[in-house]
Amino acid sequence: MIRFDNVSKTYPKQNRPALREVSLDIEKGEFVFLVGSSGSGKSTFLRLVLREERASHGQVHVLGKDLARLSNWKVPHMRRQLGTVFQDFRLLPNKTVAENVAFAQEVIGKPRGEIRKAVPQVLDLVGLGGKEDRRPGELSGGEQQRVAIARAFVNRPMLLIADEPTGNLDPQTSVGIMKLLDRINRTGTTVIMATHDQNIVDQMRKRVIELESGRLVRDQARGVYGYQH
Amino acid sequence: MRAQFVLSEIGVGLRRNLTMTIAVVVSVALSLALFGGSLLMRDQVNNMKGYWYDKVNVSIFLCNKADAESVAKCAKGAVTAQQKKDIEADLKKLDVVQTVSYESADEAFKHYKEQFGSSPMGGSITPDQMQESFRVKLKDPEKFAVVATAFAGRDGVQSVQDQKGILENLFGLLNGMNMAAILVMFVMLIVALMLIVNTVRVSAFSRRRETGIMRLVGASGFYIQAPFIMEAAFAGLMGGVAAAGFLVVGRYFMIDHGLDLAHKLNLINFIGWDAVLAKLPLVLAASVLMPALAAFFALRKYLKV
Repeated sequence: MIRFDNVSKTYPKQNRPALREVSLDIEKGEFVFLVGSSGSGKSTFLRLVLREERASHGQVHVLGKDLARLSNWKVPHMRRQLGTVFQDFRLLPNKTVAENVAFAQEVIGKPRGEIRKAVPQVLDLVGLGGKEDRRPGELSGGEQQRVAIARAFVNRPMLLIADEPTGNLDPQTSVGIMKLLDRINRTGTTVIMATHDQNIVDQMRKRVIELESGRLVRDQARGVYGYQH
Repeated sequence: MRAQFVLSEIGVGLRRNLTMTIAVVVSVALSLALFGGSLLMRDQVNNMKGYWYDKVNVSIFLCNKADAESVAKCAKGAVTAQQKKDIEADLKKLDVVQTVSYESADEAFKHYKEQFGSSPMGGSITPDQMQESFRVKLKDPEKFAVVATAFAGRDGVQSVQDQKGILENLFGLLNGMNMAAILVMFVMLIVALMLIVNTVRVSAFSRRRETGIMRLVGASGFYIQAPFIMEAAFAGLMGGVAAAGFLVVGRYFMIDHGLDLAHKLNLINFIGWDAVLAKLPLVLAASVLMPALAAFFALRKYLKV
């Protein structure tokens, strides 16, 4: 699903690489936590997977494709198989919940009939049935993140990337979001989640990848947030 | 691509930037009206050239008695009968000459009277002040120099005059005005392009949330850019339609009605509606393509795809 071969990334005009010689494999259907302090390279890792950036050295394979060799015009097609969720939700405030979700299908040219079927389905899945016509401003933070997850999942991606999805939410709401991500993972979708939330990582007992100053310092199956000494 | 979705996005974009949109429409309209106007002006000049060059002569004025005293070239006295014969014979031998006709001093006086009879100049002149002349019609009006060099220095010839020279001044003036219009057009064009680039930039910035999401869910570059490009093309088209309107209304008022030049200057053969209509597709095409291209290149800079 994802393979990093000795990947380094140095941004222009910076001496210190954001990612150094990272090698790892993530298999289909896995649930992976990406942990590490701010500036450890988590965001760079995710940006490389999304091909927002290209690796300076080494090879990044996503969904069996070498991203260095993927031409620019093919990138959108690759991204259609990825879903993305952010800490700040990134919803369109002047569209309703249903329109926000439908937007992700409209802009890739899905036929109207398919959209009309898929949107209510995915809204039911994330537990927002009945709130189709609300606007994001009328929803709680947790509900807004559910809309964002519905939008990321409506095209049935192979891989869901979540960049601190619970960063703006209280612990109880976060638990609900994690249950939702777990359910999505159980449908066979690979989930990569960058987080600072220790409780969540400790409770879920999933694979944990820890970065520190751009290096991979820990890759542990059924791990916890910090080292156990 | 779903047309309805794209169209609604365009409508939202144009309304959001209403003042900029109006500025784009006006500047495109002005620059293209000037563009079309200068094309029509060129047609008009060519039209007049064809019409007038057909009618112009080269005149070889011969020395009369008065010239013998006042004009250096005629110091040897008035033209003799033999000289006239030689000049006529030599003229007819020239390849470039189509026809030669002779105008006597009396005839010249008569023509003069016809033209200036009622004006104060008409009364002050007598037949013996007029010059005899040969009126030469050339096969190619551009070949005036051949005649001029052959006859200008000859005994009995006072001067060789090309009527085309007089027209040339007029056409030079018209061309000069045309060049000025083209210059203004280019300035307006640059203004229009800068406005379009800026409009696209503002538009891209105000929609960065949407375009960011589009990128993430895998919308193609074309899908992301199309609304911006179509916005610019649509604003441009409105300007183009206005410019086409200017041209049509302009011809109507200047030539047919209003100024009514067709009747006031009936010597001039004005361009017809066909010439105006022929320019409209060009103006409309330019009004769509130019802003679309400008938007496309602006997006490369201001919109990450």
